[in-house]
Amino acid sequence: MKSLWKKYKQNKLVQGILLLIYISITSLSLFMAQKSVTAFLLLLSSLLLLYFTNFKNLTKWLIAGIVLVFLLPFTASNGDAYQSYMEVATLVGIYISMALGLNIVVGMAGLLDLGFIAFFAVGAYTYGIFATVQASNFMPFGTFPLSGESFWLFILIGCFVAALFGILLGIPVLRVKGDYLAIVTLGFGEIIRIIFNNLDRPVNITNGAMGIPSVTPPRLFGIDFLYPSQFYYIVLVILLFTIFTVRRFEHSKIGRSWKAVRENEIAAQAMGVPLVRTKLMAFAIGASFSGMMGVVFAAKQAFVDPTSFTLLESITILVMVILGGMGSVPGVILGAAVMTILNLQVLTEVTSWLNQLNSTGAFSIPDALSPSKMQRLIFGLLLILFALYRPKGLLPAKNHVYNEKELQEGSAKENKGKQEVMPDHSQIEKAQEV
Amino acid sequence: MKFKKSLALLLTGSLAAGMILAGCGSSGGDTKASNVIKIATQTPLSGGSATIGEAIKLGAQLKLEEEKEKFKDLGFTLQLVPYDDQGDPKKGVANAQLIGADKSIMAVVGHFNSGVAIPSSEVYEKYAIPMVSPANSAVEVTTRGLKTVNRIVARDDFQGPAGAEFAVNTLKAKKIFIVQDKTAYGTGLAEAFKKAAEEKGAEILGFEGITVGEKDFNGVLNQVVSKKPDLVFFGGIYAEGGLLIKQAREKGVNVPFLGGDGMDASTLVEIAGDTIKNTYITSLAGDSTKIEEGKKFIETYKAKYKKDTESYSVYGYDTMGVVLRGIEDAIKANNNKKPTREQVRDAVRGVKDYQGVLTKVSFDDNGDNDYAKVFIYSFKEAKYPAEYVDEVSK
Amino acid sequence: MLNEILQTIPQVVIDGLTLGAVYAVIALGYTMVYGILELINFAHGEIFMSGAFIGTAILIVLTGMGWVSAVPAIVMLITVLLLTAILTGLLGMGIERVAYRPLRNAPRLIPLITAIGISFLLQDIVRFIAELQKGNYIVTGPNLFKDQLSIKASSISSIFNDASIKTSFVIVLVTAVIMMIGLDLFINRTKWGMAMRAVAQDRETASLMTVNVNKVISITFFIGSALGGATGVLFAVQYGTIDPYIGFILGLKAFTAAVLGGIGNIRGAMLGGLLLGLLEMFASANLTLLSGGVFGAEYKDVFAFAILIIVLLFKPEGLLGKPVTEKV
Repeated sequence: MKSLWKKYKQNKLVQGILLLIYISITSLSLFMAQKSVTAFLLLLSSLLLLYFTNFKNLTKWLIAGIVLVFLLPFTASNGDAYQSYMEVATLVGIYISMALGLNIVVGMAGLLDLGFIAFFAVGAYTYGIFATVQASNFMPFGTFPLSGESFWLFILIGCFVAALFGILLGIPVLRVKGDYLAIVTLGFGEIIRIIFNNLDRPVNITNGAMGIPSVTPPRLFGIDFLYPSQFYYIVLVILLFTIFTVRRFEHSKIGRSWKAVRENEIAAQAMGVPLVRTKLMAFAIGASFSGMMGVVFAAKQAFVDPTSFTLLESITILVMVILGGMGSVPGVILGAAVMTILNLQVLTEVTSWLNQLNSTGAFSIPDALSPSKMQRLIFGLLLILFALYRPKGLLPAKNHVYNEKELQEGSAKENKGKQEVMPDHSQIEKAQEV
Repeated sequence: MKFKKSLALLLTGSLAAGMILAGCGSSGGDTKASNVIKIATQTPLSGGSATIGEAIKLGAQLKLEEEKEKFKDLGFTLQLVPYDDQGDPKKGVANAQLIGADKSIMAVVGHFNSGVAIPSSEVYEKYAIPMVSPANSAVEVTTRGLKTVNRIVARDDFQGPAGAEFAVNTLKAKKIFIVQDKTAYGTGLAEAFKKAAEEKGAEILGFEGITVGEKDFNGVLNQVVSKKPDLVFFGGIYAEGGLLIKQAREKGVNVPFLGGDGMDASTLVEIAGDTIKNTYITSLAGDSTKIEEGKKFIETYKAKYKKDTESYSVYGYDTMGVVLRGIEDAIKANNNKKPTREQVRDAVRGVKDYQGVLTKVSFDDNGDNDYAKVFIYSFKEAKYPAEYVDEVSK
Repeated sequence: MLNEILQTIPQVVIDGLTLGAVYAVIALGYTMVYGILELINFAHGEIFMSGAFIGTAILIVLTGMGWVSAVPAIVMLITVLLLTAILTGLLGMGIERVAYRPLRNAPRLIPLITAIGISFLLQDIVRFIAELQKGNYIVTGPNLFKDQLSIKASSISSIFNDASIKTSFVIVLVTAVIMMIGLDLFINRTKWGMAMRAVAQDRETASLMTVNVNKVISITFFIGSALGGATGVLFAVQYGTIDPYIGFILGLKAFTAAVLGGIGNIRGAMLGGLLLGLLEMFASANLTLLSGGVFGAEYKDVFAFAILIIVLLFKPEGLLGKPVTEKV
């Protein structure tokens, strides 16, 4: 079995052919059998297959791009389930982005943040307040609601506001470590939710528990974005930007600083890593991704209220990161996709199927055991099983393995040109003898 | 190492199996037969309002099964598709998309939480699926100018003043203390009540909030004790309401309690026990035991589902009745062929003078029921349903 | 305004102590486990909740069998307490065996995540057992103690109002105090207690001193969970109605109390719990007055969390703790 896998890994042509066949079969079946959720999911998992191939990075991205931008929407559009699939895909995109943000905080910098949904809420409310008449309650100037064109500007504004909140959260907790950090961030998350829930007195900023309805949809060149299929593209673009940014950060100095802080704070400090700046950057950047997606979410849902931002959501995103593999970008993407689809489609469909069996009298499961209510149970089980048996996640983070021989050869070449400048070891040795 | 790897494979395998199962579920159950008409219900079947959500679903189911014969004669098979919105707006919207995708679903009976109804109805509007609500009372549900949203119950801006009228004029309360549960429903109702009570000349001694899920209300109740009102109003659901009443009585607060329709459930009496005496509620659901058809309904329901009815069961029943009447009108107007969703939507909005078990329904231009009433009940002893006192019509 | 606040103080104090007693005993469980394992047992709140449910279930069954009216309420309560404590203790021990022991040498993040997982698992299991039996997960237990006592505080000074106490509160407070004193004696005067303190101080050296570390940890979990479960029964007796989600918020606040008092410190947990209960009750009763209507009673959770954050920022070792310097 293993040798077959090895041969498969070497042979790019076989991989390419297999991938092509797989994609064509699944997209064709999705095109034909509109209602088949399985075909939709299999088409999405073709991306997973793509990940395991051995092509050059650029080729992989190109193929992924073609599948996501053209194939998926086109094949799904042959019927009525189109919007439903796009809705799922859009939500998957939103959650992936948030999971990537949390991945930076938890996975790379090792700061366990259980209140992450607060930044999402901040982004959503930022757009929600200004895109409806809500803002006229406390803003002395300007006409509200703002027009749909402002949505694009608000993505950036949401990003910055969330980053600001991230820094505000980060500053007090700099000295707190480990488990305490988890509880403090949990407290912060809850505080933000309670405050948003109650901010209708004395000045009505968030309309409290009633929520803010009828958020203006985004508009570009006169077209209003109303359907999930349109939001899908917005989400895709922002997601690409997020993935790109995260990868760049991961392989940069700040990324290495994060990993150093994660492993051992004191040693990192001793090596000159600026602790405060590193931690704050982690919080700010992680938060900004959430903020951007919060703005998109508010526009898509057209209704912002505090019940979308509970602790359960924070833990869900945490489960995504853990499931996928802390610190690993492809792992987190997989984890987020699996969890969202599980939650939104699979559980609901299994429940509907059981209900159908129930009504036709095949066999009845008491209501209490219906799978859509078992969400917490499944989360709990997933968390425990993964923590016990596979703490590194589905696609663990790969440390960049340097090829020692290459490095030695490279430095030998450099040294040849620097012969004269070599320090005089003999002198130093003599000095030490004294 | 091998064990862990195979376990991971097993996990991934079961995940995949689950997805395939899900796929089979949706593709298997869908017949291309064009004479299947499905009606979806979306209510909270889990969470704090599960009792009521379940009751609405069962009531709707009962009506659908009773009408199956009639529609079979017209050549159509009726089917119920229940969904659980868990009281979560995101779930509601996601389910709404699924409902929209299933072309044979012609109408939706739901929701219970206004916070879920509002965003979900935006989706229904896009798909032109009519939604008739048996329970949503928040004003905003029907004031957005959507053609698909209707409700058979009264709105909070009618329920609040009705309660205030009863409080000030019948119970002769001059000083009122208001507690609300900081949800969209509770705050909305409490605010409507507060405004109306102030207009009638009552003095509001306090407007405090509690959190859903907490059990200890001594802090707020201490305020009530020190302020000495003539009446305490609670805007919220039965889980907190019951505890509030119980703890208030234990503290010696013996003035009457007034609550809204969220308190109208058997669990309220279960939680509060004997302390429920001297409590009044305004409810949007009438008393089924007063009418012959009502009593018949209760018996049929109990025999079929082995459960007692909640007050909202009959509203689920009547809502389904309205929906089916609308569909029937649309079919007949379409020469006995399957109507489009737009036709059903307009037909449902156009329903006039439908007499259900407890309600008479005529929708106005906003989708509100002209004949909606608010009922007032009192709990003289620890028994549910409570005793009927009065009703207020538009 | 000051007048109003002063008038209600006796009642606020009494209510605060009731709430505080519950927090204190749950905090004991947290602090014991943290002292020994340096692990925040997130699932402890759910063990408390399970205790409440098990106790209520036993009470309902016994009421059905007609035993409750035959026996004085106190005896009934003690029986139920003991039974529940043993059952929840075993539950806690089981959880430790299955989920924490394999991860004893893993980085700190992983057991925390397992704990969250167990917390969710327990919540849902209790939920659907309750729903299967009742159709609804809110469970109301039979009322055991209903009488009211009244303290004539107005006789002390005319500023104070009278305060009224439920008998059940007295029972809860007395039981909680007995449990706390019992624990204190156990930890400080018995051999097992000494072993626990040794393992908490330095696990490796303790094992070198022939202390069976695994057994000590199991016993710690047993005692902590038993106490938590007993508190659950007291809670159910005091408030009457329980649901599967009470464990979470109470657990969080109890953890705040433990931190407030100094984590790892038994007396600190007790003090922290009582203090937090008093502060929360005071805030809930008087926040509107103090802030002129801007903040109401709904901010009392924010109040509790804010205290936690402030304590962790400025005195992370808590009120009764000793500052620990991190050695490299």
